[in-house]
Amino acid sequence: MKAINIIPLFVIIPLAAAFLTSLVGRLIRRSSEVIIFITSLALLGSSLYARVLLNSVPGKILVYKIGGWMPPFGICMVMDGLSSFMLVTVNLIAFFVAVYSLSYMNQYTDKPKFFTLFSLMVCGMNGVIITGDLFNLYVFLEIASIASYALVAFGTEAEELEASFKYAIMGSVASAFIFIGIAFLYSFTSTLNMADMARILAYKQNAWVIPFVGVLFLMGFGLKSALVPFHAWLPDAHPSAPASISAMLSGVLIKTLGVYALIRVFFNIIGSTHGYLTVLMFLGVISMLVAVVLALSQWDLKRLLAYHSISQIGYVVLGIGLGTPLGVLGGLFHLFNHSVFKSLLFLNSGSVDYAAGTRDLKETGGLGKLMPVTAKTNLVASMAIAGIPPFNGFFSKAIIIIACLQKGFTGYAICAVIGSILTLASFMKVQKFVFLGEIKDKLKNIKEVPFAMLFSVVCLAIICVLGGLMLLPSLRFFLDDAVSVVLKGTSYAGVVLEAASRQ
Amino acid sequence: MLFCVGLYGVLRKRNIIKMIVGLGIMEYAMNLFFVLLGYRFHGRAPIDAKYQDILNMVDPLPQALVLTSIVIGLAVTALIISIAIRIYEKYGTFDITKIKKLKG
Repeated sequence: MKAINIIPLFVIIPLAAAFLTSLVGRLIRRSSEVIIFITSLALLGSSLYARVLLNSVPGKILVYKIGGWMPPFGICMVMDGLSSFMLVTVNLIAFFVAVYSLSYMNQYTDKPKFFTLFSLMVCGMNGVIITGDLFNLYVFLEIASIASYALVAFGTEAEELEASFKYAIMGSVASAFIFIGIAFLYSFTSTLNMADMARILAYKQNAWVIPFVGVLFLMGFGLKSALVPFHAWLPDAHPSAPASISAMLSGVLIKTLGVYALIRVFFNIIGSTHGYLTVLMFLGVISMLVAVVLALSQWDLKRLLAYHSISQIGYVVLGIGLGTPLGVLGGLFHLFNHSVFKSLLFLNSGSVDYAAGTRDLKETGGLGKLMPVTAKTNLVASMAIAGIPPFNGFFSKAIIIIACLQKGFTGYAICAVIGSILTLASFMKVQKFVFLGEIKDKLKNIKEVPFAMLFSVVCLAIICVLGGLMLLPSLRFFLDDAVSVVLKGTSYAGVVLEAASRQ
Repeated sequence: MLFCVGLYGVLRKRNIIKMIVGLGIMEYAMNLFFVLLGYRFHGRAPIDAKYQDILNMVDPLPQALVLTSIVIGLAVTALIISIAIRIYEKYGTFDITKIKKLKG
């Protein structure tokens, strides 16, 4: 098999899994679980393999041409450092979430449908990451979004339906903005291929349409990634979904559909100017502070975590908005770390919900003695998200803050520190009310959750502890390649087209 | 303009069904906009027949793309309407000011 043929597999495997689970899931008992386990493992394996493969390719870029059409005409799939970084992140989280759901979803009916939607969502996200065509990106984005609207409403209780409706309306408006933005860019450049578009935009003068398109994309992707002025749907949608889906939504969906697409469009197609970066940094800081303050006053465990997602996305966007190598490195590293620890936290909240039947902080307490593994992994994740030294969250936050200082944004750096302290405060609250303190009478006889759920949370906790090692020189290529793609900016076009003609 | 009408519908109306209609109008607006991008005066259908001048064809690409986009719009609308029906079953109303179990 030629190395390049691995690229379309990231879309084909989950799509086939979605088809199979819905087809045979009803007929053969437990077949959907087997399918989903195998496919998610295969995805994780092939994303890691692709990452290793990328090192052996000159220029570190792979271009797959669908149907053999050359790039400006056909659709191509591009895999470079940034895409493979995101692919590893998404498929890693998807694998652990899938394992977790094997047991967790027992409390819901109709597992095959759940796994169908789950695979569709993974398919959409992988598609967004590897596509090299702007309209194709929109299509995959919609696949992932529609699957996630349905997944949020999966419980079909009153609150879940309401949250899902809100999410669906906001998401569709966001997609409309993105679509109009794409339409304008198409009318301006008469191409939809990202690389070709960047090449044409680079030498077109008098580009009045670019600022307008920039604002449209900023609104669209900002809504998808829930930056603060556009964040209203997230605190409803994420807590209402089943816990494993909350982990997917918070962990990777908002990053792929929002942050990754934002990076691709602004850095690689339009080209980052000072204005966009300023706006991004400002939005990042606002999200960081507003969301963490709102999180402090929450008593619902998952809602609190959802607000923290917004706040941590703020850090990522701030880091990327700085535009310096160190800032982008910190932003992307934090993106990876946040996926890991936020999905860990959401899975833990699911475990608490599963065992204790409630996620109201006022009703839980003393679970630390009854559920020791959940309590310990939760402690690790809380420390990581708050940025306590040995864990991965510390390194990425420290890099972002140092990068702020280097570029002279002392105010932003101070804001980042304050945000971090407030995060710590709100997670001390979680620890105190959920895992420490007196055991309530009605919670006396709960047990630790089943093995599959424990396996995922323990693995994620180990990644949290070891995450800091990614900064070691031998493993650093994983981050550095992603950073270099962002920093290359619009010269991305030349690299892709050249690679396409060669391969 | 049509887009703005739809946006107004989504943002301002209190009835769920009217919001969905607003969303539909937005989708039509953007599809129409995209199709018109490829339009030429006195153009003809983009079919490659004999003895036809290739220059005055309308641009076929937006038409193909809009077809995809219409299908996506259909999926979204169907999903949202089914959610709206379930909401009506649970709450017994379409008025969003009365549907607020979630706070914050």
